[in-house]
Amino acid sequence: MARFLIRRSLQGLFVLWLMTVTVFLIFFVGPGPGFAARVLAGRNATAIQVAAVSHRLFLDRPIYVQYAHFLGLTGGQGLLQGNLGHDYYHSESVNTVLKAAFPITLSLVLGAAVLWLAMGLASGIVSAVKTRSLWDRTFTTLALTFYSMPTFVLGLLLILGLYYEFTIHHIGIFPAPGTWVSFTHNPIKWAQALLLPWITLALVQAATYTRLTRGSMLDVFGEDYIRTARSKGMSERRLILRHNLRSALTPVLTQFGLDVGVLIGGVVITESVFGLPGLGYTAVNAINQQDLPVVIGVVIVASAGVIIANLIVDIFYAVLDPRVRLH
Amino acid sequence: MTTQASGPAGSRDGDVLLRVENLVKHFPVRSSTLIQRGARDFVHAVDGVSLEVRKGETLGLVGETGCGKSTLARCVARLYDITSGRIEFDGTDITRLSTGKMRPLRRQIQMIFQDPYGSLNPRRRVGSIIGDPFAIHHTASGAERKRRVQHLMELVGLNPEHYNRFPAEFSGGQRQRIGVARALAFTPKLIICDEPVSALDVSIQAQIINLLADLQRELGLTFIFIAHDLSVVRHVSDRVAVMYLGKITEQAPVEQMWAHPRHPYTDALLSAVPVPDPASLDRRERIILVGDVPSPINPPSGCRFHPRCPKAQQRCVDEVPDFIPRLGDEATHLTACHFPVMDGEDISQARPAISADLRVVESSIPEGSLTGISGGEAS
Amino acid sequence: MTYNVGDAVAVGIIEETPIAVVAEGEAAKKIEGHSPWVLAWRRLRRDRAAMISLAVIVLIVAMAVFASVIAAILGHGVYQQFRGPSPAGLSPTGQPVGPGSTFWLGTDDQGRDIFVRIAYGARVSLFVGVVATAVTVFGGLVIGLAAGYFGGIVDSLLARFMDWLLAVPFLLLAISLISVVNVHPIGPLKPGLPVVITVLGFFGWAAVGRIVRGQVLSIREKEYIEAARALGARPWRIMFIDILPNLLAPLIVYSTLLIPATIVGEASLSFLGVGILPPTADWGEMINNSQNYYLYGSWWYLVFPSLALLITTLAFNIFGDGVRDAFDPRGDLFV
Repeated sequence: MARFLIRRSLQGLFVLWLMTVTVFLIFFVGPGPGFAARVLAGRNATAIQVAAVSHRLFLDRPIYVQYAHFLGLTGGQGLLQGNLGHDYYHSESVNTVLKAAFPITLSLVLGAAVLWLAMGLASGIVSAVKTRSLWDRTFTTLALTFYSMPTFVLGLLLILGLYYEFTIHHIGIFPAPGTWVSFTHNPIKWAQALLLPWITLALVQAATYTRLTRGSMLDVFGEDYIRTARSKGMSERRLILRHNLRSALTPVLTQFGLDVGVLIGGVVITESVFGLPGLGYTAVNAINQQDLPVVIGVVIVASAGVIIANLIVDIFYAVLDPRVRLH
Repeated sequence: MTTQASGPAGSRDGDVLLRVENLVKHFPVRSSTLIQRGARDFVHAVDGVSLEVRKGETLGLVGETGCGKSTLARCVARLYDITSGRIEFDGTDITRLSTGKMRPLRRQIQMIFQDPYGSLNPRRRVGSIIGDPFAIHHTASGAERKRRVQHLMELVGLNPEHYNRFPAEFSGGQRQRIGVARALAFTPKLIICDEPVSALDVSIQAQIINLLADLQRELGLTFIFIAHDLSVVRHVSDRVAVMYLGKITEQAPVEQMWAHPRHPYTDALLSAVPVPDPASLDRRERIILVGDVPSPINPPSGCRFHPRCPKAQQRCVDEVPDFIPRLGDEATHLTACHFPVMDGEDISQARPAISADLRVVESSIPEGSLTGISGGEAS
Repeated sequence: MTYNVGDAVAVGIIEETPIAVVAEGEAAKKIEGHSPWVLAWRRLRRDRAAMISLAVIVLIVAMAVFASVIAAILGHGVYQQFRGPSPAGLSPTGQPVGPGSTFWLGTDDQGRDIFVRIAYGARVSLFVGVVATAVTVFGGLVIGLAAGYFGGIVDSLLARFMDWLLAVPFLLLAISLISVVNVHPIGPLKPGLPVVITVLGFFGWAAVGRIVRGQVLSIREKEYIEAARALGARPWRIMFIDILPNLLAPLIVYSTLLIPATIVGEASLSFLGVGILPPTADWGEMINNSQNYYLYGSWWYLVFPSLALLITTLAFNIFGDGVRDAFDPRGDLFV
């Protein structure tokens, strides 16, 4: 087991390293020399200033030297020291920027995750148990509709339909988009501000889970050992809860782990729509301002999120299924 | 290995179509990490097999599942690379021929496969499947190819109008005929049949076997016929070879083998064949072999059969027996056994004379550890 | 999506037992009737939901194709700004005008006809959706085939490359790359259509490649592949004539489900401002622009492009589900 863990961790680190190379290629190599220097020096920099910045940041050296500096191998401020760079636009370190943004993304993702898992599982199980009933058809159709809905469309429509209408009629449940209150400050207002984003994200994601759960449970229903248990007289309810659910849940939970990991870097759209200054929103702003260090920082953190989630899912799998460990 | 073998109607060396000498094929047991650690294990699928096949004859190859007969067949057809040994086909050494040089020879060595459902591509039309050889070797195209394909279909008893159908629209027996038609495209000198009738109903088996016999007569074909059903093998073969764990244990003309089985393994196999005469059934004792065939990764020492042999002695554990005529048999009847079965000997009463830990146990499930059936329930 | 028992039974019978030899007279007719494609098409035709969504798709395509005709009939060009006074595309205070007899779906913040822009926007969405999907599927097919068939080092490298691609945060990298290219094109990656299609295609093929590779790995062990090798067939022939036909069904299913995902992807990129360059009409871009206006009374500016996007995606998804059910009624083709 330990060997398995070590191997997967090493693979994860390798992928992470590849990510840094990719990001480096996109920003420092792709557009040719001078691009990064010009951008980092700011829009109004003179040629002399650009040259100065270029020299200070090693940008006039060969590529591998630049990369080494980027990683922190040349001693000083680099990735390996945990330093993601310096944000020239806001004159603070990228670490600070990200540290502020991360809890927002986390709140959004985790809150929505709980919601969508519950919704998806519940509707999926009901659909599977009562196939072809009205419940099943309704849930399946709803799932398909929300599955086809891009997140930003749903978000905006919900703002229009819920926030706008409610506010016009003076029902103040939803605060204005763009509000953010930290949990430690005021839990209730924190939840209120996140309510619409949670609903948006959860509805779209739940659709996938409804379909996945339903399909998975139907698969297991057809298995022989279910038939055996049923023929031995087990009550239907107990059957579902004890036998079917456990096997059916595995693929669903695996998917869940992966999705949460991906979303850490992927909730860009939801954050943009609701004006929540999380990782994605910060990244998009940074991109528009061509604030490279922040962009790079977010990409690396997001990749790390995906890798860690993958790792957790793998461990989960290895615990459940011993065959995986021997692989 | 003798060279004055007598086959059908007097033979000389020039009649030998296929000669296999000391063929060895080992498969490495793959571990799935990118970097191999330590010594590898090997599956000793074929461990030193020598045989000859003469023009126009049918050599039957028998053995249990896992004895290596399918692997041997594929080695001869050069579908695998050979670990060591020599294969000579029609005078040419084909052991290490490159793919390019082997390609023209493939017109002369063909295979018929076991699974009528798996050996035909379900997404292709039958005419296209049978016409494959012509397409691959660029010998005929268009209308000419269609004509030849339809001729082949008639030859094997299929309706040439069904040229455009898919395999799913044919029965198992018919699909096997399609496989035969495909193999016959260039009237190959040697056809290796890998259990061609094992997957078919008994009545259909008879049809296919008769078809093969007719074709052999008409076209002068040579067969290697692999099977695990002894009655079928007896019906079709001129000579028979018995394989066990990668080695040939006994080889003889078919009637010789049935009348005078020398190897205890052959004797046991024959005793299990159903006999329609109830009177002779009473006279015969079933020789029951215990246990399963051992793993080919770690074959037993000496004579590989010793863990299951009713007559095993210490010599069998220590010394690999030579493959030579025994007990005064003719040169065509070869056996690899230190203590071959004599005429009239009943080995069902024999008791092995080696220590118990070298023998195979009855069952490998320890007492009291049977688990209940409950999906997903931690016990 | 609709699935009646009669279908299931009929399908089950046809799939599992061989068709008995028919009378000679009927032979010619029936021979073509049992190709797996024809069978799938028949099943699809009976699926009402799928047929309705197919009709919707045809309508949308028609709208895209005849967008210029629509513009001509209405007299409103796609880039034409009607700032007033007649026709009044903007209110006296400069706000967008709502749906009415002149502008059927209202105008946007620059006085342009939304209906016409939606029609032109369909061109972009459909074009990118289809082309990017084609690139993705083609790339994934070739690489998956090569990896699965050749095995060994080639497979190890390609498989790991695909796994890595699937681990990257797509949206962030896409945005990064596009924003860099928008300022400074890199080689063939020019701002707008080329880079968007490239990005969507490049990050998508890994998923297809993995599926194809898995299928090829299992097909490779089948006896009919061995038979082809025994006949002396070259690897490329085996891959394209023997293996590929067995891949087509899952590929087609996957493609029809990939198109709506690509359309949404393109709209998302435009929404974030890194998609097709304005002033080209694009649904995502319209929705993005509407954010400053829809809460102040101009609800149509958000709602109608959203509906267009939603209906298109829904139609493709329903049709895709139908295609999958048609090819794979027992659900055993692939996950």
